[in-house]
Amino acid sequence: MTDLPKTTKKKLGLVIDLDICVGCNACVTSCKEWNTAGYSAPLSDTDPYGADPSGVFFNRVHSYEVINTQGESVTINFPKSCLHCDDAPCVTVCPTGASHKREEDGIVLVDPELCMGCKLCSWACPYGAREYDEHDGIMKKCTLCVDKIYNPNLPEHSRVPACVSACPTGARSFGDLGDEHSPVSQLVKDRGGFDLMPEQGCAPVNKYLPPRQRQPATSQAKPLEEKVESIDNVVLRWVDKILSA
Amino acid sequence: MHPALSVILFSTASGAGYGLLIFVVLGRLLWLPSDSTALVWGFVLSLVLIVGGLLSSTFHLGRPERSWRAFSQWRTSWLSREGVMAIVTFAPMAGLVWHWFARPNDELLLLVAGVFAMVGALVTVFTTSMIYASLKPIPAWSNPWTSAVYLLFALMTGGLLYYILVSWLTQNQNLILVELTIGLILSGALVKLLYWRHVSSDVSSTTPESATGLGQLGKVSQLQAPHSQENYLLKEMGFKIARKHGQRLKWICFFTAFVAPVSVMLLALFVQGLAMKLLLLSALASMAIGVFIERWLFFAEAKHVVTHYYHEARYQ
Amino acid sequence: MCACRCGIRVYLKDGTVRFIEGNPDHPVNKGVLCAKGSAGIMQHYSPARLTKPLRRVGERGSGEFEEIEWDEALGLAAQWLGRIRESDPKRLAFFTGRDQSQALTGWWAQQFGTQNYAAHGGFCSVNMAAAGLYSIGGSFWEFGEPDWDNTRYFLMFGVAEDHDSNPIKMGLGRLKSRAKAKFVSVNPVRTGYSSIADEWVGIRPGTDGLFVGSLIQQLIKAEAIDFDYLIRYTNAPYLVVQDSGAENQGLFLRDQQGKPLCFDGASQAVRSIDDATSPLLVGNYQHKGQTVVPVLQLIVARYLDPSYEPSVVAEKTGVPEAQIRRIASELAQAAFEQEVILDIPWTDWKGQKHERMIGRPVSMHAMRGISAHSNGFHTCRAIHLLQMLLGSIDVPGGFRYKAPYPKTIPPGNRPGKTTEKGAPLHQGPLGFPLGPEDLLVNDDGSPQRVDKAFSWEYPLAAHGMMHMVINNAAKGDPYPIDTLFMYMANMAWNSSMSIKDTLNNLTAKDEATGEYKIPHIIYSDAFYSETVPYADLILPDTTYLERWDCISILDRPIGEADAAGDAIRQPVVKPDRDVRPFQDVLLELGARLNLPGMVNDDGTALYPGGYSDYLCNHKRGPGGSLSGWRGENGDKEFVGEANPNQLERYIENGCFWHREFKHEQRYFKFANQSYLELASEAGWIPSADPIRLELYSETLQKFRLAAMNYEISMPEDARQRIKEFFDPIPFWYMPFEEQLTDNEALPLHALTQRPMHMYHSWGSQNPWLRQITAQNYLYMHDQLASKLGVADFDWVKVASSHGEIRVQVKIMNGVNPHTVWTWNAIGKRAGAWNLSQDAPEAKKGFLLNHLISELLPPKKSGARQANADPVTGQASWFDLRVKIEKCEADSDVCGPQLDSLATRGAQPVSVSLFGEDLQGKGQGSREPSHQEFVGNQDCYESPKPK
Repeated sequence: MTDLPKTTKKKLGLVIDLDICVGCNACVTSCKEWNTAGYSAPLSDTDPYGADPSGVFFNRVHSYEVINTQGESVTINFPKSCLHCDDAPCVTVCPTGASHKREEDGIVLVDPELCMGCKLCSWACPYGAREYDEHDGIMKKCTLCVDKIYNPNLPEHSRVPACVSACPTGARSFGDLGDEHSPVSQLVKDRGGFDLMPEQGCAPVNKYLPPRQRQPATSQAKPLEEKVESIDNVVLRWVDKILSA
Repeated sequence: MHPALSVILFSTASGAGYGLLIFVVLGRLLWLPSDSTALVWGFVLSLVLIVGGLLSSTFHLGRPERSWRAFSQWRTSWLSREGVMAIVTFAPMAGLVWHWFARPNDELLLLVAGVFAMVGALVTVFTTSMIYASLKPIPAWSNPWTSAVYLLFALMTGGLLYYILVSWLTQNQNLILVELTIGLILSGALVKLLYWRHVSSDVSSTTPESATGLGQLGKVSQLQAPHSQENYLLKEMGFKIARKHGQRLKWICFFTAFVAPVSVMLLALFVQGLAMKLLLLSALASMAIGVFIERWLFFAEAKHVVTHYYHEARYQ
Repeated sequence: MCACRCGIRVYLKDGTVRFIEGNPDHPVNKGVLCAKGSAGIMQHYSPARLTKPLRRVGERGSGEFEEIEWDEALGLAAQWLGRIRESDPKRLAFFTGRDQSQALTGWWAQQFGTQNYAAHGGFCSVNMAAAGLYSIGGSFWEFGEPDWDNTRYFLMFGVAEDHDSNPIKMGLGRLKSRAKAKFVSVNPVRTGYSSIADEWVGIRPGTDGLFVGSLIQQLIKAEAIDFDYLIRYTNAPYLVVQDSGAENQGLFLRDQQGKPLCFDGASQAVRSIDDATSPLLVGNYQHKGQTVVPVLQLIVARYLDPSYEPSVVAEKTGVPEAQIRRIASELAQAAFEQEVILDIPWTDWKGQKHERMIGRPVSMHAMRGISAHSNGFHTCRAIHLLQMLLGSIDVPGGFRYKAPYPKTIPPGNRPGKTTEKGAPLHQGPLGFPLGPEDLLVNDDGSPQRVDKAFSWEYPLAAHGMMHMVINNAAKGDPYPIDTLFMYMANMAWNSSMSIKDTLNNLTAKDEATGEYKIPHIIYSDAFYSETVPYADLILPDTTYLERWDCISILDRPIGEADAAGDAIRQPVVKPDRDVRPFQDVLLELGARLNLPGMVNDDGTALYPGGYSDYLCNHKRGPGGSLSGWRGENGDKEFVGEANPNQLERYIENGCFWHREFKHEQRYFKFANQSYLELASEAGWIPSADPIRLELYSETLQKFRLAAMNYEISMPEDARQRIKEFFDPIPFWYMPFEEQLTDNEALPLHALTQRPMHMYHSWGSQNPWLRQITAQNYLYMHDQLASKLGVADFDWVKVASSHGEIRVQVKIMNGVNPHTVWTWNAIGKRAGAWNLSQDAPEAKKGFLLNHLISELLPPKKSGARQANADPVTGQASWFDLRVKIEKCEADSDVCGPQLDSLATRGAQPVSVSLFGEDLQGKGQGSREPSHQEFVGNQDCYESPKPK
């Protein structure tokens, strides 16, 4: 049913650290790789070798420049995938019951057997998290690698979403954000994690960690004191310095 | 938003069908000048428009064979409710057919079926409008004017169809109907103007800064798109028309949907026979064009907040 | 092992590759994987794969081939090569773009007897490698790394997104998560790694050396240098003869045994460095009638020069004076006020025990951004000088060597010389000259190698000069060749400067005979690249999942700062095409040619099992290709006889071998007794003698002295260049192209950055990667854009002194205002890589290569020199100067558009449904439970997530 569960036992989700994401796209292709043979297989690619290649990706990395009023700017790499919202509008608009939010872990899924491909959920999602598979005629989305994180055939360390395993900088963390004592919740608390588009009222589970304050402004170093100016000066001082050491 | 032909046809045709249904029922109940032929043809035409519209909407589906599932989630989904209401409304419509063919003298049946059919028609159009009006990420839709426009456009297009049908079959242009139809058209124009005014003045609280959560650092602008070619999201939701084209289309829409039909209807009052028929048909054609443009713009000009993640000049 | 060096696990389903993930036990990547590795499936199943050996039937470039059998292909190659080997082996030029397995390919060339061998380092990053190996016996690259967990200040120069990328990304993530270190990126462009830097220094390209020089000056003036470190571990105290015109001018003062001498302050006498108690670092001394001064004094004199004043430097680099001064003060603060002390006792080379390891936690890294300039060698040496002055090389918190580095300075192998006709070279073709005697020149001073590496023109071209081969061979300068044999090098496209000239050279014919000037071209590649149509014989290679490979300690191993290591790649799928691994082919050709070391006495192949046979059984010195599980029983390491089961042992261990060093061996490796003994036993260095880091390069001075000696013949131009640029002390000079062009007419710099998800040109055949970037733009600063009156997506004409391109613009803020840039190797030639003719890569993607010339603009004298570093011959891609004009948007196609190449291969699918039939069962069960994961969890100090 597309009724949202009143509460979920867990709130599995991702925490993305914008301070250390270098925009390498490892999460993009590792996601594609796992999921093209995963729960929503295949993630089709239309015109893959042609003029207008366009395929289904659950995770995409944007990059932005942010300029302040003093004209100073920073570059931020910004991965974005489904945020598995608590108040997921993509679920409630679904007319067929294909979209659902799991009561046990909060994962938002589309049942590929039920979806009729009306695309309404992709309109209802403010984040652009849902991708329509033109070839399959159904909507697909991030599953949090539901078929990987619980997969008994995989070693324990692999039972995290593919994007999390792959991320070289460690910018992606994963866990139960419903448990305030979980490592990810602690991380969010420590680093001031925030929601995207809070005004949309979707109560996203995934959190983003802001870039840490960049350091030039907070330099503690004392200006260097000029002790020598000329080579003669150097000879005088440094011979002494070494002999007295 | 990408203006898909199937969805434009669906909402305009089924709207006109339900509008016409209301007039057919009103015609019978309130003895608006009509004859039974007009009612029958009106009923058939409304049925064609409704069914055609609904069928057209399935062309938009990736898996139309699963569309029956869409009736299941009426508790949360306006699209499901719309489907359910469309089906529900077929019941009083069947009652009307029963009345005409089997129990022409059963006035109670007529009254009950008629009222339910009208209410069903209005509610169905309302649910259609709510499919759009419930989408918060699309501020141009997510406001009460959307429902007002859908409802009035249904009545306006249905009214014009009814008027033409009656005039055609009775060879007579009834003044009450003229006044009523023109009144609806003018109301439609007014509501659409108010919609446009609302939309143009409505500043979304979502910005690139809130979308990325980086507003505290300053103004956010795109450096690199995630993929260099357009993806589904941009093809579907990043559709954008230039402002000046939009403005021009609005003028065309306003003229063809409202000004021309009203003028032609008034002109037609002075002629008879073939000339009248041709004039009325041209009023209808003009309105059809206008309504099509209106609905096309309804999509094309609606911005989805997801575009805040993309290149400002190109998509936002 | 993945296509580069990371460890992977490949999951197969019914023989199809289902999933590739990083191997969490692997020392290089510890489970992570980059975008390329994660898209490996699509690389492996690329429709651009070659399927069968090909022989050219049309004209070169026409792409008309006939398919032939392997036997015929190998027979043809052996026939061409056999003729050459009998008559004149140097008429084979063997160049491999891919530089893995150089231990095999270099040895093969050596056994063949041709000096004309190299990999692609000459146009990649030889400046950086050579500068390091001639200064500190190691280098940045993947030969060293910052002490990520202890460093307090990390300075990164230039684009570095291309090498050792996962370890660097992992390190940056850890460094930033610790939140106690500062990361400063010096790069004209703020993307990728630079985007997460705490401070970005948007320097003007090619001026990094000046910036570094200015930092050095500030540190010297403040006496913020590590005197003790300099005395103990570097040649700073060595005395240098200052006697202009003397034979030993600029050389070290040495004793009878050749040991360098210093001035001992305690005894006030000239002494051997080992005998002196207080070697002085400055002062003027007299010795046997000559003035001698310590190295450091020369360094100080050089850098106190007003040209390195921050105010002067600020103007040229675009880095504000205050920022230069502040960064200098931060370096000093991190190095001298935030010492890292590890309670690890260790013993130095003299046997002196130290209770603790004390480090200066400043680390640095540089790659192509520094390398690809004509002043790159000296700039990189200046960076190493800065590191040495701060005492931050191989100390806790500093830059650390990865095994098997450090090596002697320079490493022990010299460029291979020809012996007798038909016999192997005396050493491998590439090496490190110690002086003019090691050059490969004829008596008249002319080059022996076709690329002119190790000649008077490019004496320290340690990686060869692949970028000059086609040009030189076609022009017959210094001599014509018979066969050009290349492996995985897209020389007809993005790996060459000036593509048009390269294509002309590949197709040039001798007017008299009508024969091609390069008579035979053999090419091996797995894919239909732009270069394939220009070859005569194609030997199709496998993909990386279909063959054995080896990352040997003889080559570019996977060593770590804390451990030695090497690795293999095992084939996980069988080729479904008639292709063979290049290494197998090379060994078979070797056997067919009867090359020594590749055949038994009876002429049969010594390694009939191909490359895996060779990996196990080939002996080199006391060891072989692989260091783990040696000896018949597999119980030996580093050295020992061959083990027939060695590869199985590697596979059992995840395809790598990893030997951790003892804690006491992990720092001060150049002077650490325990480490040096281990390294010499392993055969990495000739003896356990300490390695003194070289602030002053006596080797360079030897070349200079030779250039001053007019009895030695050499080209006059080369003589002048050696005199000027073989300066034993690093210095900054303006890149040549900027010197030689009118800076008002060509006011802008243009360069490329590496997209992290693309592996040169190979990424574009991969539908997942090409969806990320199928076209590129020219990025420029918003101020420049408004000056030019252009907006996003407008079209501009970019012209250099060599060519012109037409491209689309995008505007940004994080770029040096005098610089425009684009992503590297996105543009493709229509028809290549089995992409459709109208692919965005061909129509909207572009290369800067069209603008770059192999030769510099003429000097006033009319002479033209190579667009290369004068010391190493490194191609100077990033010296490019351009002007930009807005142009009409009358076409939405980039220019120039070369003729389409003939397409080859099956029609690619119009929809890819990969994975459709690979879906597992039991989707989304709830048991067992998921794992919680926090990135860099162990790095958070306070408050720490549990």
